[in-house]
Amino acid sequence: METSPDNTLVEVKNLKMYFPVTQGVLRRKIGDVKAVDDVSFKIRQGETLGLVGESGCGKTTVGRCILRIYQPTSGQIILEGQDITKLPRNKVQRLRYKMQLVFQDPYGSLDPRQSAGSIVGEPLKVHHLCPDPQEYRKKVEGLFTLVGLNPEMTNRYPHEFSGGQRQRIGIARALSCSPLFIVCDEPISALDVSIQAQIINLLQELQKKLRLTYLLIAHDLSVVRHVSDNIAVMYLGHIVELTDWKELYENPLMPYTQALLSAVPIPDPRVERKRERIILKGDVPSPLNPPAGCPFHPRCWMAIPDCSKQLPQLRQVAPNHMVACIRV
Amino acid sequence: MVGTSADFVPQLKTQYRVSESRRFFKVMFSRWIVIFGSVIILVLILAAIFAPLLAPYDPYQINLVESIQQPSAHHLLGTDEMGRDVLSRIIYGTRIALLVGVIVVTVSGAIGMLLGLIAGYFGGWTETIIMRLMDALMSLPPLILMLAISVMLGGGLKNVLAALAVGFMPTYCRLMCGQVLSAKENDYILAANVIGASNLRIMFRHLVPNVFPPLFVNITMDLGFAILAEASLSFLGIGISPPTATWGAMINNGQRYLFTDPLLSIAPGMAIVLVVLAFNLVGDGLRDALDPRLRGRI
Amino acid sequence: MEPLLEVKNLKVIFNTMAGVVKAVDGVSYYIDEGEVIGLVGESGCGKSVSQLAVTQLIANPPGEIVGGEIIFEGQDLLRYKADSKQMRSVRGAKISMIFQEPMTSFNPVFSIGEQIIEPLMLHLKLDRQAARQRAIELLEQVGISDARVRVNNYPHQFSGGMRQRAMIAMALSCHPKLVIADEPTTALDVTTQAQILEIMMEMTKKFRNSLVIVTHNLGIVARHAQRIYVMYAGRIVESGSADDVFNDPRHPYTIALLKSVPRLDEERGRQLIPIEGLPPNLIDMPPFCVFKPRCSLASQCIGESDPELRQVGDNHFTRCHLGIKGEPSGNIPR
Repeated sequence: METSPDNTLVEVKNLKMYFPVTQGVLRRKIGDVKAVDDVSFKIRQGETLGLVGESGCGKTTVGRCILRIYQPTSGQIILEGQDITKLPRNKVQRLRYKMQLVFQDPYGSLDPRQSAGSIVGEPLKVHHLCPDPQEYRKKVEGLFTLVGLNPEMTNRYPHEFSGGQRQRIGIARALSCSPLFIVCDEPISALDVSIQAQIINLLQELQKKLRLTYLLIAHDLSVVRHVSDNIAVMYLGHIVELTDWKELYENPLMPYTQALLSAVPIPDPRVERKRERIILKGDVPSPLNPPAGCPFHPRCWMAIPDCSKQLPQLRQVAPNHMVACIRV
Repeated sequence: MVGTSADFVPQLKTQYRVSESRRFFKVMFSRWIVIFGSVIILVLILAAIFAPLLAPYDPYQINLVESIQQPSAHHLLGTDEMGRDVLSRIIYGTRIALLVGVIVVTVSGAIGMLLGLIAGYFGGWTETIIMRLMDALMSLPPLILMLAISVMLGGGLKNVLAALAVGFMPTYCRLMCGQVLSAKENDYILAANVIGASNLRIMFRHLVPNVFPPLFVNITMDLGFAILAEASLSFLGIGISPPTATWGAMINNGQRYLFTDPLLSIAPGMAIVLVVLAFNLVGDGLRDALDPRLRGRI
Repeated sequence: MEPLLEVKNLKVIFNTMAGVVKAVDGVSYYIDEGEVIGLVGESGCGKSVSQLAVTQLIANPPGEIVGGEIIFEGQDLLRYKADSKQMRSVRGAKISMIFQEPMTSFNPVFSIGEQIIEPLMLHLKLDRQAARQRAIELLEQVGISDARVRVNNYPHQFSGGMRQRAMIAMALSCHPKLVIADEPTTALDVTTQAQILEIMMEMTKKFRNSLVIVTHNLGIVARHAQRIYVMYAGRIVESGSADDVFNDPRHPYTIALLKSVPRLDEERGRQLIPIEGLPPNLIDMPPFCVFKPRCSLASQCIGESDPELRQVGDNHFTRCHLGIKGEPSGNIPR
């Protein structure tokens, strides 16, 4: 595995992903949805970066751009020191075994007409990694065991498994080619509360065992804080705060981060009664028509006239703590 | 809010899932009318296979002495103007009917679905070109289209089948394209892409098995409609040439005697009606059995 | 004081090809006037079904209310048929519901205003002018700006958060005594969730109605509910005040649930302890405690039968043979 001297596995530089909005029969472009607007970060090998934000903030798009599911409008994606931003599709498909995706929906992400074993082993077939059928079967069964599934269930179909088990199948599939980097896109939000813990623990175990690197995209801050080393908060396509998990919770600087943290419910009435509550006004603006300057300023209680004039850049205010706010 | 009688069925866990095939057959054969249709189709198939054993006479044997006989003990449905036994001709007619039905539907289905798959999967200009082509074909009333092609190519079995296939193809293409366009959005297709699968693999290993079942209903119904289409062409004289015993040709022949010996036309006509009805009923039953809303509804 | 709503031993089943599913198996609870209670549990525990039974919105077939009493304002609602005049006069006017999916809960072909005006005209017998005025007032109260203009908008023109606000406005329009909110914020972002819950609480205070919050999110009921009912496999396994249930849980399921959820304010090193096993099969219920197969204290459990609810504190009940005491939820640092 190659990494740069500071052990960076994945680097994203000035990533922009604009989706054109067209109108009319001839599909004239009338504007752009700026889903991701100049995002940069690094993930070191073996680490987990948590990407949080609410709907429309662009976190899912970032994950998909890194995996080259979308072709970024501009910017760079560097995996293992190699710039993969402009590679043609066939080359990207060949690199796929290095970077994988765990989906949110355990029901839609598995082909209902494929047996569980076939789903898990498909990456091996696609990349011609296990030509010997005996070895292939053993590898698939091994993967089942690795994620805590009974290896005798390889012939069953997805609808015969529960939500949590299906998520495990999805994880086994992602692991089959021994990837370096996994994007976990809301891996537990569709699961029952008691099952979520099983999957979170599994992901952490696997990370330790297989020395994986994760990009965890989620909206549940409690979970993200529990699992991530560093956390990036996104709002309307921009990263507004980027720091480690401890600092984010103890010293959130960006007003949006503070509001986000205060909105997360804590299952303890005594604590809840004492908490400060920040209730934001209004709704998240549409990414088609973002506000001028700082995207958060219309809802920010600390906003001053300058906030609407210029887009704040992400700048360092402390070691490993970056904020995009002029009032900090 | 007022007066809502919403359909709240709880999300029951998968442990309750009854075997798919058991449920399928239960729903499919829950209506007696579907069973009726299935029986008719079974009779059709058996008649076609065992025609030589079942038919009392050779359908091509001309016996002018016995022409235009009323139904009797010797000839249960009478004879036609050439003295040929009507019943035997109807029984042998099942062979042509089945042949036409199966071949037309297979060919038009295969080509139509393949084109639809390509159009739906790749989108963009590919989709536009293919779909506009289909639109052009569909802009003509199907029977006129099939007639025109049949006339162009000349009569005879092969040309009739080709003409019919062209007439039925656009529907499959359209349906398939639509299904693929929506199935493409599913996460498991994205997953296949992310693991590095090639386009070919995604299309045939993932899309087709999921998208094909609803089209099966169309295929079943079209088996009946293909038979009807062939009969129409034969009736118009453009179809399969005589003396082949096809029901459509029989109706045509019997036209002249419609007021004196209506049975000559009515008997083959009834055969067509029954067969088309049967395929429709079975297709209906299939549609209910495959309805995804009933899945999990238990 | 008589409670506003008292549900006694409610039983709801679903007739399926696989068997009879006991979705709700003897649930009893009550709610006083002006109270906010939380009904928590995971999917399949029967919490939503029990609330639909109160308003008799359960599709029959395959569902069926087969036992119990639902005593609302002194009358047993189960004596009335689902589509009777009496039930229809209760639904929307005296008991209203807020659902999870604001997108599908509104009819897309009618404007939001129309849909709020409808119950006003039906239940409160207002004329169209007055009803429209009231609808605009309600939309303003739930925080929708430009209500005068937005009342004519269609559901697709509202964002998820705004639709849910409109849903609240509609639910409160006829001044119901009881509002049932079934997973009202599950489909929303966390900051929008906070806004919506805030509005619901404000409205509850203003209109003095009772509120039932049905959810799987323990946090939101900790913040807002006075009493909690924890459900599992179609029954209530623990009930008590929010303080009692969260800080002195007495049922292994409650304890396990609290231990399996990460808390924003706890020490990070704490291992999440998942609840092993799978959710229960509601068709073949065992004769013993239904949680036993997943219970971490099963080895200590001597009880062979299905436990009854027994009192363990002041208005604090648990359905467990063991007299266990749980730790407060999570570890509280500092």
